[in-house]
Amino acid sequence: MGEKLTFEYAPAPESRALVSIKPKYGHFIGGKFVAGSKHFPTINPATEEVLSQIALAGKNDIDAAVKAARKAYTTTWSKMSGKERGKYLFRIARIMQERSREFAVLETLDNGKPIRESRDVDVPLAAAHFFYHAGWADKLEYAGLGTTPKAHGVAGQIIPWNFPLLMLAWKVAPALAAGNTVVLKPAETTSLTALLFAEVCQQAELPAGVVNIVTGDGSTGALIVNHPGIDKIAFTGSTEVGKIIARAVAPTNKSVTLELGGKAANIIFEDAAIDESVEGIVNGIFFNQGHVCCAGSRLILQESIADEVLEKLKNRMAKIRVGDPMDKNTDLGAINSKEQLLKIRELTAVGDSEGAQRWSAPCDLPGKGFWFAPTIFTGVTQAHRIAREEIFGPVLSILTFRTPQEGIDKANNTPFGLSAGIWSEKGSKILWASQQLRAGVIWANTFNKFDPTSPFGGYKESGWGREGGRHGLSAYLKGVSHE
Amino acid sequence: MSNRIDVKKTYKLFINGAFPRTESGRTYEVKNAKGIFIANPCLASRKDLKDAVVAARAAQHGWNKATAYNKGQILYRLAEMLEGRRAQFVDEIVTVTGVTKAKAEKEVTDSVDRLVWYAGWSDKISSLSGALNPVAGPYYNFTIPESMGVIAAIAPEVPSLLGLIDSLAPIIVGGNTVIVLASTKAPLSAMSFAEVIATSDVPAGVINILTGKKDEITPWMASHMDIDGLDISGLGAKKHAEIKFAGAENIKRIYSFKNADPGRILAFMENKTVWHPIGL
Repeated sequence: MGEKLTFEYAPAPESRALVSIKPKYGHFIGGKFVAGSKHFPTINPATEEVLSQIALAGKNDIDAAVKAARKAYTTTWSKMSGKERGKYLFRIARIMQERSREFAVLETLDNGKPIRESRDVDVPLAAAHFFYHAGWADKLEYAGLGTTPKAHGVAGQIIPWNFPLLMLAWKVAPALAAGNTVVLKPAETTSLTALLFAEVCQQAELPAGVVNIVTGDGSTGALIVNHPGIDKIAFTGSTEVGKIIARAVAPTNKSVTLELGGKAANIIFEDAAIDESVEGIVNGIFFNQGHVCCAGSRLILQESIADEVLEKLKNRMAKIRVGDPMDKNTDLGAINSKEQLLKIRELTAVGDSEGAQRWSAPCDLPGKGFWFAPTIFTGVTQAHRIAREEIFGPVLSILTFRTPQEGIDKANNTPFGLSAGIWSEKGSKILWASQQLRAGVIWANTFNKFDPTSPFGGYKESGWGREGGRHGLSAYLKGVSHE
Repeated sequence: MSNRIDVKKTYKLFINGAFPRTESGRTYEVKNAKGIFIANPCLASRKDLKDAVVAARAAQHGWNKATAYNKGQILYRLAEMLEGRRAQFVDEIVTVTGVTKAKAEKEVTDSVDRLVWYAGWSDKISSLSGALNPVAGPYYNFTIPESMGVIAAIAPEVPSLLGLIDSLAPIIVGGNTVIVLASTKAPLSAMSFAEVIATSDVPAGVINILTGKKDEITPWMASHMDIDGLDISGLGAKKHAEIKFAGAENIKRIYSFKNADPGRILAFMENKTVWHPIGL
């Protein structure tokens, strides 16, 4: 033992007694849980413990869900006044708040994210999305789409595994407020909170068929995208799948919104507040294990401060607590799946072989489960794959620049355009940079902030449309002049 | 006087503020409604499109940076120049399409007025779509529409002048640069409008006009990775699926429009949300 002076944190585990996970789940169709035929396991990625068996929806299940959604749309939901629809959304928001701890624990068990994040970010924001959109339901004629905006009808919604409940809220809340009914598919590895949400719909006495939840994998998603009974597709996921969806709907009249990948630049100018910037870098890339489409995965650092920032960043990274997601002290949880871990390992190996220098924070990784230490690569050039492709893990690629224009040019040198960060203490420079950056969300002297009132979405290959605010709502309404 | 031989105009492309012939050397014949030869406009090639995209991309930053007031004045200048050359446009529309003089005059009048209407939107569109978002935290958070980049457009066959105005004006008033494919059968108004553009303080490359075949050029536009958006209003509905399929490769924004309204401007603008902390 050396003389290292450390203050260890005693474990502060959250109790899982609050949640009861059934051994097997079906689908939620027409207001009822119906048995599935085939099943696949869902596991806790932090322990590899099998949590439950999830149903794999096939053609008959999707047909049934779409039929239930259509019936609910034509007989109930489209005939109900906005005022009454809104009250259901308010009820849902309230019940989610009431059961927030249960949602947070279940999300952490199924997803691997730290309980601190599911408790303080995912679940409260999800409830806030319902509360915000509830208030829109009886005000649609003021949404800027003329005096008689109309719902599309049945919306098919496919969401990712990084923020399971929050992405559900981003999709379901505006769809319902605008008067659509929905068929939603959670991601293959993270179905449990969506199925708990189905119980919330029951408790809120939401009319049967307004929300239908079908579980499954990519094949289930394809059935939804290609179903002729669906009027609107909303997808959050990879750009690769987004392109497949865009092609699939090309011959149809389906309206589409896509929230796709990103490779966000986080630019630190030499006049930035360094300590705050280091916090922002850490939050930007290590929040949610880097499983964030808008993660600040490319650090674009002004050369004059590069050494200082790197030293402080490494110091800070060494203090990131990696491990049990159920421990309230944990900063970085488990990688969501073995498949994702392999992808991160593969891309980081490419980073090594292309000549970038890897540094990982010294930390003990648990023996079971899927883990990746917080990692940075220096000496990265714009041609490197780790500077161009989305890694979707706790891996930061670091590039440097000399003049502000060079920094902007490097930031914009990507087919993505979802988000970007700017760090500077000079107001005029921040506003200049925010104008220059080709991205839909700009965080200046902050990062990874989200709010239901604030439109979120990307330029270029990061997608079509926005979510949040009046702009997000309009994606669920007809009335725009273009097709 | 009646024995005088007319000096006829060679109709060329309009790329980067200049009037080049197509690099391909290809032309096609335009005849009037009675079948009489009128002109040999260019049959633009894929290389011409690429040149136009390079020009449009190079011009976009500067055009986007121009103040809204400045952009509005330049669009208004287009209306002034068109007004001053009414007779020429009326003659060309009558000659090519065979419509009555009164109908042609109405189209030119509508075109001038439409340009004035779009000009006025330059400094108002952001108040229509922008927002200050009341986020639950100490952050100043706003959303503004800004230019999307380089947009291509297929102008409708008729009305050949008014349709051209509706194809290019909403795109450039939002800070984008544009490549427009003119009416195939009646391209003369478009190529003469290029002369209006060239005398209206529109920076080179902001508006580029091609003539040629829709079926040939539209798929090239759809698959071009440096075109951000595509207006296919002038393309037959049967072709829309094929074009949208090709455009998926770069998640291109592809729309068609029926009316001139602010939504037509906003369709080719991106909403940008900016966050900054508030505090001491």
